[in-house]
Amino acid sequence: MARYIGFHRPNRPLALYAGAFAVFLYLPILFIPLFSFNAGVYVKFPLEGFTLAWYADLFQREPLQRAFWNSVQVAAVVSLSSTVLAVPAAMAIARYRMPGKRAAVSFIMLPLVLPGLILGVALLTVLNGLGVRLSLVTVALGHMVICLPYAISVLLPRFIGFSRSLEEASADLGESPWWTFLRVTLPCNMPGVLACLLMTFTISFDEFFMAFFLSGTEPTLPMYIWSQLRFPQDFPSLLALSTLILVASFAMVFASLKLGRVGLAPAGERR
Amino acid sequence: MTAMALTQRPASVLSRLLHRHEACRGWLLLAPALCLMLVAILFPLGSTLVMSTWSLDGYSVDRTPTLGNYSAMLGQPMFGALIGRSLVVATIATVVTVALCYPMAYFVAFHVHRHKALWLILLTLPFWTSYLLRVFAWKVVLGYEGVLNTALIGLGIVQEPLAALLYSQTAVTLVLAHSWAAFAILPIYVSLEKIDRSYIEAAADLGDGLTRRFWRITFPLSLPGVVAAFFMMFVPTVGDYITPAMVGGPDGMMVGNLIQAMFGPMNNWPAGAALSVVMMLTIGLAGLAFLAVGRLVGR
Repeated sequence: MARYIGFHRPNRPLALYAGAFAVFLYLPILFIPLFSFNAGVYVKFPLEGFTLAWYADLFQREPLQRAFWNSVQVAAVVSLSSTVLAVPAAMAIARYRMPGKRAAVSFIMLPLVLPGLILGVALLTVLNGLGVRLSLVTVALGHMVICLPYAISVLLPRFIGFSRSLEEASADLGESPWWTFLRVTLPCNMPGVLACLLMTFTISFDEFFMAFFLSGTEPTLPMYIWSQLRFPQDFPSLLALSTLILVASFAMVFASLKLGRVGLAPAGERR
Repeated sequence: MTAMALTQRPASVLSRLLHRHEACRGWLLLAPALCLMLVAILFPLGSTLVMSTWSLDGYSVDRTPTLGNYSAMLGQPMFGALIGRSLVVATIATVVTVALCYPMAYFVAFHVHRHKALWLILLTLPFWTSYLLRVFAWKVVLGYEGVLNTALIGLGIVQEPLAALLYSQTAVTLVLAHSWAAFAILPIYVSLEKIDRSYIEAAADLGDGLTRRFWRITFPLSLPGVVAAFFMMFVPTVGDYITPAMVGGPDGMMVGNLIQAMFGPMNNWPAGAALSVVMMLTIGLAGLAFLAVGRLVGR
Protein backbone atom coordinates (compact mmCIF):
# COMPACT_ATOMS: atom_id res chain seq x y z
CA MET A 1 0.00 0.00 0.00
CA ALA A 2 2.55 2.52 1.16
CA ARG A 3 4.30 2.42 -2.18
CA TYR A 4 1.19 3.55 -4.02
CA ILE A 5 0.71 6.50 -1.74
CA GLY A 6 4.10 7.88 -2.69
CA PHE A 7 3.56 6.88 -6.28
CA HIS A 8 0.22 8.67 -6.67
CA ARG A 9 0.93 12.08 -5.33
CA PRO A 10 -2.05 14.02 -3.98
CA ASN A 11 -3.88 15.68 -6.82
CA ARG A 12 -5.30 19.01 -5.63
CA PRO A 13 -7.66 19.78 -8.56
CA LEU A 14 -9.05 16.26 -8.49
CA ALA A 15 -9.70 16.49 -4.75
CA LEU A 16 -11.49 19.80 -5.28
CA TYR A 17 -13.56 18.21 -8.02
CA ALA A 18 -14.49 15.33 -5.72
CA GLY A 19 -15.60 17.79 -3.07
CA ALA A 20 -17.70 19.74 -5.58
CA PHE A 21 -19.22 16.46 -6.79
CA ALA A 22 -20.28 15.51 -3.28
CA VAL A 23 -21.84 18.96 -2.82
CA PHE A 24 -23.75 18.60 -6.10
CA LEU A 25 -24.97 15.19 -4.94
CA TYR A 26 -26.26 16.38 -1.58
CA LEU A 27 -27.14 20.07 -1.96
CA PRO A 28 -30.51 19.68 -3.73
CA ILE A 29 -31.61 17.12 -1.16
CA LEU A 30 -30.63 19.41 1.72
CA PHE A 31 -33.10 22.08 0.59
CA ILE A 32 -35.93 19.75 1.60
CA PRO A 33 -35.17 19.82 5.36
CA LEU A 34 -34.18 23.49 5.17
CA PHE A 35 -37.54 24.61 3.81
CA SER A 36 -39.51 22.20 5.97
CA PHE A 37 -38.68 24.51 8.91
CA ASN A 38 -39.53 27.66 6.95
CA ALA A 39 -42.62 29.59 8.09
CA GLY A 40 -43.60 30.75 4.58
CA VAL A 41 -45.95 28.68 2.41
CA TYR A 42 -43.90 29.29 -0.73
CA VAL A 43 -40.62 27.52 -1.19
CA LYS A 44 -38.36 30.47 -1.99
CA PHE A 45 -35.68 32.71 -0.57
CA PRO A 46 -35.51 34.67 1.70
CA LEU A 47 -36.49 32.34 4.54
CA GLU A 48 -39.35 33.66 6.63
CA GLY A 49 -38.61 32.33 10.10
CA PHE A 50 -38.51 29.04 11.94
CA THR A 51 -41.56 26.85 12.54
CA LEU A 52 -42.47 23.30 13.42
CA ALA A 53 -46.05 23.80 12.25
CA TRP A 54 -45.61 21.71 9.11
CA TYR A 55 -44.50 18.73 11.19
CA ALA A 56 -47.46 19.17 13.55
CA ASP A 57 -49.71 19.29 10.49
CA LEU A 58 -48.62 15.78 9.51
CA PHE A 59 -50.34 14.35 12.58
CA GLN A 60 -53.65 15.86 11.50
CA ARG A 61 -53.70 13.93 8.26
CA GLU A 62 -55.64 10.70 8.49
CA PRO A 63 -54.93 9.47 4.90
CA LEU A 64 -51.22 10.09 5.37
CA GLN A 65 -51.06 7.87 8.42
CA ARG A 66 -52.93 5.10 6.63
CA ALA A 67 -50.57 5.37 3.68
CA PHE A 68 -47.64 5.22 6.08
CA TRP A 69 -48.86 1.99 7.70
CA ASN A 70 -49.59 0.50 4.30
CA SER A 71 -46.01 1.19 3.27
CA VAL A 72 -44.62 -0.25 6.50
CA GLN A 73 -46.63 -3.45 6.08
CA VAL A 74 -45.60 -3.92 2.47
CA ALA A 75 -41.95 -3.14 3.21
CA ALA A 76 -41.85 -5.56 6.17
CA VAL A 77 -43.33 -8.44 4.16
CA VAL A 78 -41.14 -7.69 1.15
CA SER A 79 -37.90 -7.42 3.11
CA LEU A 80 -38.54 -10.67 4.98
CA SER A 81 -39.65 -12.70 1.98
CA SER A 82 -37.00 -11.43 -0.41
CA THR A 83 -34.27 -12.07 2.16
CA VAL A 84 -35.59 -15.61 2.74
CA LEU A 85 -35.40 -16.24 -0.99
CA ALA A 86 -32.08 -14.46 -1.42
CA VAL A 87 -30.09 -16.35 1.25
CA PRO A 88 -30.23 -19.79 -0.44
CA ALA A 89 -29.85 -18.17 -3.86
CA ALA A 90 -26.73 -16.28 -2.81
CA MET A 91 -25.31 -19.44 -1.21
CA ALA A 92 -25.91 -21.39 -4.41
CA ILE A 93 -24.31 -18.71 -6.56
CA ALA A 94 -21.31 -18.31 -4.24
CA ARG A 95 -20.53 -22.00 -3.75
CA TYR A 96 -21.78 -24.39 -6.30
CA ARG A 97 -20.40 -24.98 -9.72
CA MET A 98 -23.36 -25.69 -11.91
CA PRO A 99 -23.95 -25.58 -15.64
CA GLY A 100 -26.04 -22.63 -16.80
CA LYS A 101 -25.35 -20.65 -13.65
CA ARG A 102 -24.29 -17.51 -15.46
CA ALA A 103 -27.46 -17.37 -17.53
CA ALA A 104 -29.66 -17.98 -14.48
CA VAL A 105 -27.87 -15.29 -12.49
CA SER A 106 -28.12 -12.74 -15.30
CA PHE A 107 -31.83 -13.50 -15.55
CA ILE A 108 -32.40 -13.04 -11.83
CA MET A 109 -30.48 -9.75 -11.94
CA LEU A 110 -32.55 -8.49 -14.88
CA PRO A 111 -34.86 -6.20 -12.83
CA LEU A 112 -31.77 -4.14 -11.88
CA VAL A 113 -31.65 -2.74 -15.40
CA LEU A 114 -35.16 -3.31 -16.72
CA PRO A 115 -37.07 -0.02 -16.52
CA GLY A 116 -39.58 -0.10 -13.65
CA LEU A 117 -42.22 1.17 -16.03
CA ILE A 118 -41.99 -1.88 -18.29
CA LEU A 119 -42.06 -4.32 -15.38
CA GLY A 120 -44.95 -2.50 -13.73
CA VAL A 121 -47.04 -2.41 -16.90
CA ALA A 122 -46.25 -6.04 -17.66
CA LEU A 123 -47.29 -7.20 -14.19
CA LEU A 124 -50.42 -5.10 -14.48
CA THR A 125 -51.46 -6.79 -17.73
CA VAL A 126 -50.95 -10.29 -16.33
CA LEU A 127 -52.76 -9.56 -13.04
CA ASN A 128 -55.59 -8.01 -14.98
CA GLY A 129 -55.74 -11.05 -17.27
CA LEU A 130 -55.92 -13.37 -14.27
CA GLY A 131 -58.65 -11.23 -12.72
CA VAL A 132 -56.58 -10.43 -9.62
CA ARG A 133 -57.75 -7.31 -7.83
CA LEU A 134 -55.07 -4.71 -7.23
CA SER A 135 -54.17 -4.33 -3.57
CA LEU A 136 -51.20 -4.06 -1.25
CA VAL A 137 -50.51 -7.73 -2.03
CA THR A 138 -49.90 -6.98 -5.70
CA VAL A 139 -47.66 -4.06 -4.73
CA ALA A 140 -45.66 -6.40 -2.49
CA LEU A 141 -45.31 -8.88 -5.35
CA GLY A 142 -43.95 -6.15 -7.60
CA HIS A 143 -41.56 -4.98 -4.90
CA MET A 144 -40.23 -8.50 -4.35
CA VAL A 145 -39.25 -8.70 -8.01
CA ILE A 146 -37.33 -5.45 -7.66
CA CYS A 147 -35.76 -6.22 -4.28
CA LEU A 148 -34.55 -9.76 -4.92
CA PRO A 149 -31.60 -8.79 -7.16
CA TYR A 150 -30.49 -6.16 -4.65
CA ALA A 151 -30.86 -8.64 -1.79
CA ILE A 152 -28.72 -11.20 -3.61
CA SER A 153 -26.04 -8.66 -4.45
CA VAL A 154 -25.86 -7.54 -0.81
CA LEU A 155 -25.50 -11.14 0.42
CA LEU A 156 -23.22 -12.49 -2.30
CA PRO A 157 -19.91 -10.98 -1.09
CA ARG A 158 -20.58 -12.37 2.39
CA PHE A 159 -21.05 -15.92 1.19
CA ILE A 160 -18.10 -15.67 -1.18
CA GLY A 161 -15.92 -14.47 1.69
CA PHE A 162 -17.25 -17.05 4.16
CA SER A 163 -14.87 -19.91 4.83
CA ARG A 164 -16.57 -23.28 4.69
CA SER A 165 -14.27 -24.88 7.24
CA LEU A 166 -16.60 -23.88 10.08
CA GLU A 167 -19.48 -25.68 8.40
CA GLU A 168 -17.33 -28.71 7.74
CA ALA A 169 -16.33 -28.78 11.40
CA SER A 170 -19.98 -28.67 12.39
CA ALA A 171 -20.81 -31.51 9.99
CA ASP A 172 -17.89 -33.58 11.29
CA LEU A 173 -19.22 -33.15 14.80
CA GLY A 174 -22.49 -34.69 13.69
CA GLU A 175 -24.81 -31.78 12.98
CA SER A 176 -27.31 -32.23 10.17
CA PRO A 177 -27.10 -29.80 7.23
CA TRP A 178 -30.15 -27.93 8.53
CA TRP A 179 -28.76 -27.40 12.01
CA THR A 180 -25.39 -26.50 10.58
CA PHE A 181 -27.09 -23.84 8.53
CA LEU A 182 -29.11 -22.51 11.49
CA ARG A 183 -26.35 -22.68 14.08
CA VAL A 184 -23.24 -21.90 12.05
CA THR A 185 -23.87 -20.43 8.61
CA LEU A 186 -26.68 -18.05 9.51
CA PRO A 187 -25.18 -16.58 12.71
CA CYS A 188 -21.80 -16.10 11.03
CA ASN A 189 -23.46 -14.19 8.20
CA MET A 190 -25.91 -12.28 10.38
CA PRO A 191 -24.48 -8.81 9.55
CA GLY A 192 -25.07 -9.52 5.86
CA VAL A 193 -28.59 -10.78 6.49
CA LEU A 194 -29.41 -7.71 8.59
CA ALA A 195 -27.93 -5.44 5.92
CA CYS A 196 -30.10 -7.21 3.38
CA LEU A 197 -33.26 -6.78 5.49
CA LEU A 198 -32.61 -3.06 6.00
CA MET A 199 -31.76 -2.46 2.35
CA THR A 200 -34.81 -4.23 0.95
CA PHE A 201 -37.07 -2.56 3.53
CA THR A 202 -35.88 0.87 2.41
CA ILE A 203 -36.13 0.08 -1.29
CA SER A 204 -39.68 -1.18 -0.91
CA PHE A 205 -40.70 1.67 1.40
CA ASP A 206 -39.49 4.28 -1.10
CA GLU A 207 -40.49 2.50 -4.30
CA PHE A 208 -42.76 4.36 -6.67
CA PHE A 209 -42.89 2.83 -10.18
CA MET A 210 -44.41 -0.50 -9.21
CA ALA A 211 -46.74 1.01 -6.62
CA PHE A 212 -47.99 3.43 -9.25
CA PHE A 213 -49.31 0.63 -11.45
CA LEU A 214 -50.04 -2.10 -8.93
CA SER A 215 -51.70 -0.36 -5.99
CA GLY A 216 -55.46 -0.42 -5.81
CA THR A 217 -57.49 1.88 -3.61
CA GLU A 218 -54.96 1.69 -0.77
CA PRO A 219 -51.99 3.98 -1.54
CA THR A 220 -48.45 3.53 -0.29
CA LEU A 221 -46.63 6.57 1.10
CA PRO A 222 -44.85 7.53 -2.15
CA MET A 223 -48.22 7.28 -3.95
CA TYR A 224 -49.72 9.60 -1.35
CA ILE A 225 -46.91 12.12 -1.89
CA TRP A 226 -47.38 11.93 -5.65
CA SER A 227 -51.12 12.59 -5.32
CA GLN A 228 -50.50 15.61 -3.06
CA LEU A 229 -47.89 17.23 -5.31
CA ARG A 230 -50.67 18.89 -7.29
CA PHE A 231 -51.61 21.19 -4.41
CA PRO A 232 -49.05 24.00 -3.87
CA GLN A 233 -50.47 24.84 -0.42
CA ASP A 234 -49.53 21.31 0.71
CA PHE A 235 -45.90 21.72 -0.35
CA PRO A 236 -44.50 22.64 3.10
CA SER A 237 -46.16 19.66 4.77
CA LEU A 238 -44.81 17.40 2.05
CA LEU A 239 -41.36 18.86 2.70
CA ALA A 240 -41.72 17.97 6.39
CA LEU A 241 -42.86 14.45 5.51
CA SER A 242 -40.04 14.08 2.97
CA THR A 243 -37.52 15.18 5.58
CA LEU A 244 -38.64 12.45 7.97
CA ILE A 245 -38.55 9.82 5.20
CA LEU A 246 -35.12 10.97 4.04
CA VAL A 247 -33.65 10.88 7.54
CA ALA A 248 -35.06 7.41 8.20
CA SER A 249 -33.95 6.08 4.79
CA PHE A 250 -30.46 7.54 5.11
CA ALA A 251 -30.03 6.05 8.57
CA MET A 252 -31.23 2.61 7.48
CA VAL A 253 -29.20 2.48 4.29
CA PHE A 254 -26.11 3.78 6.06
CA ALA A 255 -26.52 1.08 8.71
CA SER A 256 -27.06 -1.48 5.99
CA LEU A 257 -23.97 -0.47 4.02
CA LYS A 258 -21.88 -0.41 7.19
CA LEU A 259 -23.20 -3.78 8.37
CA GLY A 260 -22.64 -5.23 4.92
CA ARG A 261 -18.91 -4.63 5.40
CA VAL A 262 -18.57 -5.92 8.95
CA GLY A 263 -15.94 -8.62 8.94
CA LEU A 264 -15.12 -8.16 5.28
CA ALA A 265 -11.72 -6.86 4.19
CA PRO A 266 -11.98 -3.09 3.70
CA ALA A 267 -12.18 -1.98 0.09
CA GLY A 268 -8.78 -1.24 -1.37
CA GLU A 269 -6.87 -3.65 0.86
CA ARG A 270 -8.16 -6.73 -0.87
CA ARG A 271 -5.31 -7.01 -3.32
CA MET B 1 -24.65 -43.23 8.21
CA THR B 2 -28.13 -41.82 8.25
CA ALA B 3 -28.22 -41.96 4.49
CA MET B 4 -27.84 -45.76 4.66
CA ALA B 5 -30.75 -46.02 7.06
CA LEU B 6 -32.88 -43.94 4.79
CA THR B 7 -32.35 -46.04 1.67
CA GLN B 8 -35.71 -47.74 2.04
CA ARG B 9 -37.64 -44.49 1.81
CA PRO B 10 -38.75 -43.23 -1.62
CA ALA B 11 -37.20 -39.83 -1.00
CA SER B 12 -33.79 -41.41 -0.62
CA VAL B 13 -33.08 -41.52 -4.33
CA LEU B 14 -33.52 -37.79 -4.48
CA SER B 15 -31.55 -37.18 -1.33
CA ARG B 16 -28.64 -39.33 -2.51
CA LEU B 17 -28.66 -37.52 -5.82
CA LEU B 18 -28.50 -34.24 -3.98
CA HIS B 19 -25.60 -35.31 -1.82
CA ARG B 20 -23.62 -36.55 -4.73
CA HIS B 21 -24.13 -33.80 -7.24
CA GLU B 22 -23.27 -30.34 -6.11
CA ALA B 23 -24.87 -28.88 -9.22
CA CYS B 24 -28.24 -30.35 -8.19
CA ARG B 25 -27.94 -28.92 -4.72
CA GLY B 26 -27.03 -25.54 -6.15
CA TRP B 27 -30.02 -25.54 -8.46
CA LEU B 28 -32.29 -26.57 -5.62
CA LEU B 29 -31.10 -23.64 -3.52
CA LEU B 30 -31.44 -21.28 -6.44
CA ALA B 31 -34.85 -22.62 -7.47
CA PRO B 32 -37.19 -20.51 -5.28
CA ALA B 33 -35.65 -17.23 -6.39
CA LEU B 34 -35.42 -18.36 -9.99
CA CYS B 35 -39.03 -19.57 -10.04
CA LEU B 36 -40.30 -16.27 -8.67
CA MET B 37 -38.36 -14.38 -11.32
CA LEU B 38 -39.48 -16.68 -14.12
CA VAL B 39 -43.13 -16.31 -13.10
CA ALA B 40 -42.92 -12.60 -12.36
CA ILE B 41 -40.91 -11.55 -15.41
CA LEU B 42 -41.41 -13.91 -18.34
CA PHE B 43 -45.12 -14.43 -17.79
CA PRO B 44 -45.92 -10.69 -17.59
CA LEU B 45 -43.69 -9.83 -20.54
CA GLY B 46 -45.47 -12.51 -22.56
CA SER B 47 -48.82 -11.18 -21.50
CA THR B 48 -47.80 -7.67 -22.58
CA LEU B 49 -46.88 -9.09 -25.97
CA VAL B 50 -50.28 -10.80 -26.27
CA MET B 51 -52.18 -7.73 -25.16
CA SER B 52 -50.36 -5.58 -27.69
CA THR B 53 -52.16 -7.51 -30.45
CA TRP B 54 -55.60 -6.73 -29.04
CA SER B 55 -57.53 -3.66 -30.00
CA LEU B 56 -59.92 -1.23 -28.46
CA ASP B 57 -63.52 -1.46 -29.64
CA GLY B 58 -65.38 1.44 -28.11
CA TYR B 59 -65.05 0.84 -24.38
CA SER B 60 -64.43 -2.89 -24.56
CA VAL B 61 -61.35 -4.78 -25.65
CA ASP B 62 -61.46 -6.87 -28.81
CA ARG B 63 -59.22 -9.89 -28.36
CA THR B 64 -58.80 -10.94 -31.98
CA PRO B 65 -55.09 -10.64 -32.70
CA THR B 66 -54.14 -7.88 -35.09
CA LEU B 67 -51.06 -5.82 -35.70
CA GLY B 68 -53.22 -2.69 -35.78
CA ASN B 69 -51.52 -1.06 -32.82
CA TYR B 70 -48.14 -1.41 -34.45
CA SER B 71 -49.28 -0.15 -37.87
CA ALA B 72 -51.01 2.79 -36.17
CA MET B 73 -47.71 3.59 -34.52
CA LEU B 74 -45.89 3.48 -37.84
CA GLY B 75 -48.51 5.80 -39.31
CA GLN B 76 -48.08 8.47 -36.67
CA PRO B 77 -44.73 10.26 -36.71
CA MET B 78 -45.40 11.36 -33.10
CA PHE B 79 -44.43 7.94 -31.74
CA GLY B 80 -41.17 7.76 -33.64
CA ALA B 81 -40.33 11.30 -32.57
CA LEU B 82 -41.08 10.50 -28.94
CA ILE B 83 -38.96 7.34 -28.94
CA GLY B 84 -36.21 9.21 -30.74
CA ARG B 85 -36.31 11.98 -28.17
CA SER B 86 -36.22 9.50 -25.27
CA LEU B 87 -33.16 7.86 -26.79
CA VAL B 88 -31.47 11.24 -27.31
CA VAL B 89 -32.24 12.50 -23.79
CA ALA B 90 -31.13 9.22 -22.21
CA THR B 91 -27.94 9.18 -24.33
CA ILE B 92 -27.02 12.77 -23.45
CA ALA B 93 -27.76 12.23 -19.76
CA THR B 94 -25.73 9.01 -19.77
CA VAL B 95 -22.73 10.52 -21.57
CA VAL B 96 -22.74 13.56 -19.27
CA THR B 97 -23.06 11.41 -16.16
CA VAL B 98 -20.38 8.91 -17.14
CA ALA B 99 -18.00 11.76 -18.02
CA LEU B 100 -18.65 13.49 -14.69
CA CYS B 101 -18.45 10.27 -12.67
CA TYR B 102 -15.20 8.99 -14.15
CA PRO B 103 -12.92 11.49 -12.34
CA MET B 104 -14.89 10.86 -9.15
CA ALA B 105 -14.42 7.10 -9.39
CA TYR B 106 -10.76 7.67 -10.31
CA PHE B 107 -10.30 9.83 -7.24
CA VAL B 108 -11.72 7.19 -4.91
CA ALA B 109 -9.79 4.37 -6.56
CA PHE B 110 -6.38 6.05 -6.67
CA HIS B 111 -6.31 8.95 -4.25
CA VAL B 112 -8.40 7.87 -1.28
CA HIS B 113 -6.37 5.62 0.98
CA ARG B 114 -8.16 5.83 4.28
CA HIS B 115 -11.94 5.75 4.67
CA LYS B 116 -12.38 4.35 1.18
CA ALA B 117 -15.54 2.51 2.23
CA LEU B 118 -16.91 5.71 3.73
CA TRP B 119 -16.43 7.55 0.44
CA LEU B 120 -18.19 4.80 -1.45
CA ILE B 121 -21.08 4.89 1.01
CA LEU B 122 -21.24 8.68 0.77
CA LEU B 123 -21.43 8.55 -3.02
CA THR B 124 -24.06 5.81 -3.22
CA LEU B 125 -26.21 6.74 -0.22
CA PRO B 126 -28.60 9.15 -1.99
CA PHE B 127 -29.16 6.55 -4.70
CA TRP B 128 -30.82 4.15 -2.27
CA THR B 129 -33.31 6.67 -0.97
CA SER B 130 -36.58 7.65 -2.57
CA TYR B 131 -36.23 8.52 -6.24
CA LEU B 132 -39.48 10.45 -6.06
CA LEU B 133 -38.14 12.67 -3.26
CA ARG B 134 -34.91 13.38 -5.09
CA VAL B 135 -36.82 14.56 -8.15
CA PHE B 136 -39.10 16.53 -5.82
CA ALA B 137 -36.01 18.23 -4.39
CA TRP B 138 -34.99 19.32 -7.88
CA LYS B 139 -38.46 20.71 -8.49
CA VAL B 140 -37.99 22.79 -5.34
CA VAL B 141 -34.57 23.96 -6.49
CA LEU B 142 -35.34 24.69 -10.14
CA GLY B 143 -38.92 26.04 -9.88
CA TYR B 144 -39.97 29.39 -11.44
CA GLU B 145 -40.18 30.91 -7.98
CA GLY B 146 -37.88 28.25 -6.60
CA VAL B 147 -34.70 28.22 -4.59
CA LEU B 148 -32.29 28.92 -7.43
CA ASN B 149 -34.28 31.71 -9.08
CA THR B 150 -35.11 33.55 -5.87
CA ALA B 151 -31.50 33.22 -4.74
CA LEU B 152 -30.21 34.59 -8.05
CA ILE B 153 -32.62 37.53 -7.84
CA GLY B 154 -31.73 38.13 -4.21
CA LEU B 155 -28.05 38.26 -5.12
CA GLY B 156 -28.84 40.69 -7.94
CA ILE B 157 -27.46 38.39 -10.64
CA VAL B 158 -30.69 38.31 -12.65
CA GLN B 159 -33.74 40.60 -12.57
CA GLU B 160 -36.46 38.20 -13.77
CA PRO B 161 -36.87 34.53 -12.83
CA LEU B 162 -35.36 32.30 -15.50
CA ALA B 163 -38.21 30.22 -16.89
CA ALA B 164 -35.83 27.91 -18.72
CA LEU B 165 -34.56 26.33 -15.51
CA LEU B 166 -37.62 24.16 -15.01
CA TYR B 167 -39.76 22.40 -17.62
CA SER B 168 -37.08 21.87 -20.21
CA GLN B 169 -35.00 19.05 -21.64
CA THR B 170 -31.95 20.51 -19.89
CA ALA B 171 -33.68 20.11 -16.55
CA VAL B 172 -34.50 16.48 -17.38
CA THR B 173 -30.87 15.79 -18.32
CA LEU B 174 -29.57 17.45 -15.16
CA VAL B 175 -31.94 15.58 -12.86
CA LEU B 176 -31.30 12.24 -14.54
CA ALA B 177 -27.55 12.78 -14.20
CA HIS B 178 -27.98 13.52 -10.52
CA SER B 179 -30.27 10.57 -9.87
CA TRP B 180 -28.22 7.87 -11.53
CA ALA B 181 -24.70 8.97 -10.57
CA ALA B 182 -24.22 5.99 -8.25
CA PHE B 183 -25.07 3.55 -11.02
CA ALA B 184 -22.30 5.07 -13.13
CA ILE B 185 -19.68 5.45 -10.39
CA LEU B 186 -19.71 1.88 -9.08
CA PRO B 187 -18.82 -0.08 -12.25
CA ILE B 188 -16.12 2.45 -13.18
CA TYR B 189 -14.70 2.31 -9.67
CA VAL B 190 -14.61 -1.48 -9.71
CA SER B 191 -12.77 -1.61 -13.02
CA LEU B 192 -10.25 1.02 -11.88
CA GLU B 193 -9.70 -0.77 -8.59
CA LYS B 194 -8.93 -4.02 -10.43
CA ILE B 195 -6.12 -2.53 -12.53
CA ASP B 196 -2.80 -4.07 -11.62
CA ARG B 197 -0.77 -1.15 -10.26
CA SER B 198 2.49 -2.64 -11.50
CA TYR B 199 1.48 -1.85 -15.10
CA ILE B 200 1.30 1.82 -14.20
CA GLU B 201 4.60 1.63 -12.33
CA ALA B 202 6.19 -0.05 -15.33
CA ALA B 203 4.97 2.77 -17.57
CA ALA B 204 6.36 5.30 -15.11
CA ASP B 205 9.73 3.50 -14.99
CA LEU B 206 9.85 3.56 -18.76
CA GLY B 207 9.43 7.31 -18.70
CA ASP B 208 5.74 7.96 -19.30
CA GLY B 209 4.39 11.06 -17.58
CA LEU B 210 1.14 11.22 -15.66
CA THR B 211 -1.01 12.09 -18.68
CA ARG B 212 0.47 9.53 -21.04
CA ARG B 213 0.27 6.90 -18.31
CA PHE B 214 -3.42 7.61 -17.89
CA TRP B 215 -4.29 7.51 -21.57
CA ARG B 216 -2.12 4.51 -22.43
CA ILE B 217 -2.66 2.29 -19.38
CA THR B 218 -5.35 3.33 -16.95
CA PHE B 219 -8.06 4.49 -19.32
CA PRO B 220 -7.97 1.54 -21.75
CA LEU B 221 -8.00 -0.92 -18.85
CA SER B 222 -10.99 0.79 -17.28
CA LEU B 223 -13.06 0.78 -20.48
CA PRO B 224 -15.09 -2.33 -19.57
CA GLY B 225 -16.31 -0.46 -16.48
CA VAL B 226 -17.18 2.58 -18.59
CA VAL B 227 -19.20 0.45 -20.98
CA ALA B 228 -20.97 -1.23 -18.05
CA ALA B 229 -21.72 2.15 -16.49
CA PHE B 230 -23.14 3.34 -19.79
CA PHE B 231 -25.40 0.33 -20.03
CA MET B 232 -26.49 0.33 -16.39
CA MET B 233 -27.61 3.93 -16.61
CA PHE B 234 -28.91 4.15 -20.17
CA VAL B 235 -31.48 1.36 -19.93
CA PRO B 236 -33.43 2.59 -16.91
CA THR B 237 -33.31 6.24 -17.99
CA VAL B 238 -34.92 5.52 -21.38
CA GLY B 239 -37.95 4.22 -19.53
CA ASP B 240 -38.15 6.91 -16.89
CA TYR B 241 -41.31 8.93 -16.57
CA ILE B 242 -41.20 10.59 -13.15
CA THR B 243 -38.38 12.99 -14.03
CA PRO B 244 -39.90 14.14 -17.33
CA ALA B 245 -43.32 14.44 -15.71
CA MET B 246 -42.03 16.53 -12.81
CA VAL B 247 -39.40 18.77 -14.37
CA GLY B 248 -39.73 18.18 -18.12
CA GLY B 249 -42.81 20.12 -19.17
CA PRO B 250 -44.30 19.43 -22.63
CA ASP B 251 -40.89 19.77 -24.22
CA GLY B 252 -39.30 17.12 -22.01
CA MET B 253 -41.98 14.43 -22.38
CA MET B 254 -40.58 10.96 -23.01
CA VAL B 255 -42.01 7.68 -24.24
CA GLY B 256 -42.53 6.49 -20.65
CA ASN B 257 -45.01 9.30 -20.04
CA LEU B 258 -47.10 8.22 -23.02
CA ILE B 259 -47.12 4.57 -21.91
CA GLN B 260 -48.15 5.64 -18.43
CA ALA B 261 -50.91 7.83 -19.91
CA MET B 262 -52.18 4.99 -22.08
CA PHE B 263 -52.54 2.77 -19.03
CA GLY B 264 -53.96 5.67 -17.02
CA PRO B 265 -56.10 8.56 -18.26
CA MET B 266 -56.21 7.53 -21.96
CA ASN B 267 -57.31 4.02 -20.96
CA ASN B 268 -56.03 2.32 -24.09
CA TRP B 269 -54.15 -0.65 -22.64
CA PRO B 270 -53.53 -2.53 -25.92
CA ALA B 271 -51.87 0.50 -27.50
CA GLY B 272 -49.85 1.04 -24.30
CA ALA B 273 -48.78 -2.59 -24.35
CA ALA B 274 -47.71 -2.27 -27.99
CA LEU B 275 -45.73 0.85 -27.21
CA SER B 276 -43.97 -0.82 -24.29
CA VAL B 277 -43.11 -3.80 -26.53
CA VAL B 278 -41.56 -1.38 -29.03
CA MET B 279 -39.68 0.28 -26.20
CA MET B 280 -38.41 -3.07 -24.95
CA LEU B 281 -37.18 -3.97 -28.43
CA THR B 282 -35.46 -0.59 -28.75
CA ILE B 283 -33.76 -1.06 -25.39
CA GLY B 284 -32.86 -4.63 -26.31
CA LEU B 285 -31.22 -3.45 -29.52
CA ALA B 286 -29.37 -0.73 -27.66
CA GLY B 287 -28.28 -3.36 -25.12
CA LEU B 288 -26.94 -5.62 -27.87
CA ALA B 289 -25.06 -2.67 -29.31
CA PHE B 290 -23.50 -2.02 -25.90
CA LEU B 291 -22.54 -5.68 -25.58
CA ALA B 292 -20.92 -5.59 -29.01
CA VAL B 293 -18.99 -2.45 -28.08
CA GLY B 294 -18.02 -4.08 -24.78
CA ARG B 295 -16.67 -7.14 -26.60
CA LEU B 296 -14.67 -4.96 -28.99
CA VAL B 297 -13.27 -2.91 -26.14
CA GLY B 298 -12.54 -5.91 -23.97
CA ARG B 299 -10.27 -7.37 -26.62
